[in-house]
Amino acid sequence: MLLKKRERESAEINGSSMADIAFLLLIFFLVTTTINVDTGIGLVLPPPLQEDQEPPPIKERNLMNILVNSEGRVLMDDQPYQLTDVKERLKEFIDNPTNDPNLSESPDMAIVSVKTQRQTPYRIYVDMLDEVMGAYKELRDAASRSNYGVPFGALQDNSPQYEQITDMYPKKISIAEPGDS
Amino acid sequence: MAHFKKKRGGSKQEVPTSAMPDVVFMLLFFFMVTTVLREVTLKVRVNLTQAENIEKIEQKRLLSYVYIGPERLPGNQLGEDKVQIDDAIVDDIGAIRNLMYDKLREQPKLIVSLRVDESSEFGLLTDVQEELKKASAFRINYSTRREP
Repeated sequence: MLLKKRERESAEINGSSMADIAFLLLIFFLVTTTINVDTGIGLVLPPPLQEDQEPPPIKERNLMNILVNSEGRVLMDDQPYQLTDVKERLKEFIDNPTNDPNLSESPDMAIVSVKTQRQTPYRIYVDMLDEVMGAYKELRDAASRSNYGVPFGALQDNSPQYEQITDMYPKKISIAEPGDS
Repeated sequence: MAHFKKKRGGSKQEVPTSAMPDVVFMLLFFFMVTTVLREVTLKVRVNLTQAENIEKIEQKRLLSYVYIGPERLPGNQLGEDKVQIDDAIVDDIGAIRNLMYDKLREQPKLIVSLRVDESSEFGLLTDVQEELKKASAFRINYSTRREP
């Protein structure tokens, strides 16, 4: 009998190149990945007014009219202001610590109306909105710190504390129809 | 002179590499899961503006993007301001209402993320916003970068 001699090849798959393959894939995903968190200024638009519907009445003292023209000049209740002063002025208007009869009755009744022109660059509009958001953020932070000892950002979303602070400063911002001139 | 011979450990000086594929695979899976391939090709230029008081959007599923900016023309030129939704430029502003209405039916908690070029004029944006109001897509977000 002839015994055939066979060289038995090992039945294993050669795994040494696995690391290389994995590295290649890894590099591909490293290059294509974008871990970008979307950030931005959140806003809730009002429902459109019906044709025959009158706008709800608002007391003059509770409304802060902010006008921004296309060059970035600011009028707040017909007084010219620098963009950098807007935040302080707004905080004063919303909070009204001295109970000035010309400023808002209470923070939750204050309404900030931002009006601009059609030609205004988006950058200027967002800068303005940023200031308004900043005023509210600082007020909410201050209230949260004095009541709970933590900044507003540290409060859990929809927790009772969060709700209370947002009820105190409800952030009523109205974006008015742009004027042409 | 007395020689002190340093005693050396008898172990080999190599780092064991047998676990490397596992480590690499783990990294690979991490990046595979977190990666988001760009799903739309932008037909308009969008240079986002910067702002300070911004919030993060955690739930990306809720987002729907509207791009507004100067149209990209062949030869590195820029045209007029246009609105892009998904993959196409929307010339008729009135069509946005139906588009958004359909999106809202699929995702009732829709947040419309407005990615607007910093130099675009407010007029077009407000027209889009009016359409969003009519489509009852009230939650919007002005996409901005964080101020450094």
